[in-house]
Amino acid sequence: MITLLERAPIEIKTWFLNLLGSFGVPEWILAVLSAGIIIGTIIGVFLGLFALMSVMERKILARAQNRYGPNRVGPFGLFQPVADGIKMITKEDLVPRTADKIVHFLAPVTMMIPALMVLAILPYGRDMVPAELDSGILYFFAVGAGTEVAVFMAGWSSNNKYSVLGAMRAIAQMISYELPLVISAIVTAMIAGSLSPSAIVAAQGGFALGFVPQWFALTPWGFAAGLIFYIGALAESNRSPFDLPEGESELVAGHLTEYSGFKYATFFMAEYVGMFAVCGLFVTLFLGGWQAPLPFLEIIPSWCWFIGKICFVAFTMVWVRATLPRLRIDHMLGFAWKFLLPMSFAAFLSAACWHYAGRGPLAWLLSLAIVGIPYLILGTSFTKRFAVSRRTYRFSE
Amino acid sequence: MNFPGSGIVKGLAVTARNFLGSYFEKDRLTTEQYPEERPTLPENSRSFPFLIYDGTDPDAGMRCVACKICEKECPPQCIFIIQDRDEAGKALKRPKVFDIDISVCMSCQICVEVCPFDSIRMDQEYEMSSFDRFDALLIKKPQLLKSNAYYQKIHPTEAAETDARLEADRKKKEAAAAAKAAAAKKAADEKAAKPATPEAAA
Repeated sequence: MITLLERAPIEIKTWFLNLLGSFGVPEWILAVLSAGIIIGTIIGVFLGLFALMSVMERKILARAQNRYGPNRVGPFGLFQPVADGIKMITKEDLVPRTADKIVHFLAPVTMMIPALMVLAILPYGRDMVPAELDSGILYFFAVGAGTEVAVFMAGWSSNNKYSVLGAMRAIAQMISYELPLVISAIVTAMIAGSLSPSAIVAAQGGFALGFVPQWFALTPWGFAAGLIFYIGALAESNRSPFDLPEGESELVAGHLTEYSGFKYATFFMAEYVGMFAVCGLFVTLFLGGWQAPLPFLEIIPSWCWFIGKICFVAFTMVWVRATLPRLRIDHMLGFAWKFLLPMSFAAFLSAACWHYAGRGPLAWLLSLAIVGIPYLILGTSFTKRFAVSRRTYRFSE
Repeated sequence: MNFPGSGIVKGLAVTARNFLGSYFEKDRLTTEQYPEERPTLPENSRSFPFLIYDGTDPDAGMRCVACKICEKECPPQCIFIIQDRDEAGKALKRPKVFDIDISVCMSCQICVEVCPFDSIRMDQEYEMSSFDRFDALLIKKPQLLKSNAYYQKIHPTEAAETDARLEADRKKKEAAAAAKAAAAKKAADEKAAKPATPEAAA
């Protein structure tokens, strides 16, 4: 029963293909269909998650501010995405007269494609990897970098100063945060000895003392690298507090200023799907992927665990959004280069020491020290720089 | 000295407390779910004027005597009154037409201040939007007339004061009438008692 549920998506697919095969459908059509089913399922699941997220985010934000949030459309406002979708589709699709029409049209498409492509390498469950790549992590970052081009295409083609400013901020931000993001991801690949996501998940399997999961996030270096990765992921997916590229208080909507209707919806969708993808990578690298947190919870199928963990990480992103105000651009870049980058090097070193000290209690202490001391030094100097002193007035008082 | 990053953790704790608290403590959610939940209006809130009648019959108990003071005083001139007349063309002490254009009315309450008969008062009705700009926003006499009991319900303090004053006036008037009647009776009695005097004097 457990294994049946565990393997249900795979079994259903094979049963369906066998059924078609028995009707004499040629082999090559079956191969295409097999890929099509996987792609369709993944896109369906993630677009469903996006629809759910767009309403849940508003509800969570509202609850964090002691409001109800959307609750008018359908039960508990759950049909809100349908209403939003209809609104977006029926809106007029404006293109500025001076815009570069072709690039303006291509930007949302270019944004959407990498967001969907990176979903291919995530291990969704036991033996459930759409594309088993040995260098999956590398693929993820290489393809994911395509969104930067799309953002700049959107900003430049709009022929609008706010769009260009927003796009330039987005580029500055994405390039700055890509470094700590990649280095903290490399740390896990280093410990697992492979760039393949499924190998990294496998390296986090098993339970210490019979009940403590061996996720990388539960080791000192993994915790630090995970936190850095998480912050980098927030910045990469342009989410608050790093949503400067579309900071509406100064830039109207940044690179999205000249977009409306379905093109805007596509951008929005790509941003959320990209966010889910990066959440999925975070879960894969640090939270044990599809592994259950406790031994007796393994009765729940692995793919449920994976989606559940993604939802949890997405929830924490909304939680952070509800808490932190937007940063100033120089503070944000300074934080990436002066704090996150050195810290990711520290995590790198700490992981190496953890490995060579034998991964035991001594290694634990050593890696904790290597991560903790730089954190305290850098952190205090950083907070001191932004410490608020009592304001003195020269003329009043 | 604070641990670096403790401020963020504190902030996260605050939002988490609000997030979870809003599901358990109903007082946290101050939003009124309007069409389902109606606000309890403060007693002094006011929207547009209405006319008061005493008793149960709107036509018989109407306090308005069509003196047109409110019509003259109304700053945006949103009140329109035509006095009623009987068949002989004699003016009656009641309005035939009493319209208030609430698209013009600015809820200033001056009509209430000037009314010598405590007939016009401010309502608390606020759901008056309509799809028609003209007729639906011109409130006619039958809709304007509301009972004194309704007035007592929406503005209890003010209504009690008005009722007490009206009651006192009525008593004074009765007393005056009684005194007048008594005086008249006395005069008549005196007349009856000394009928011959004037003639005798004459």
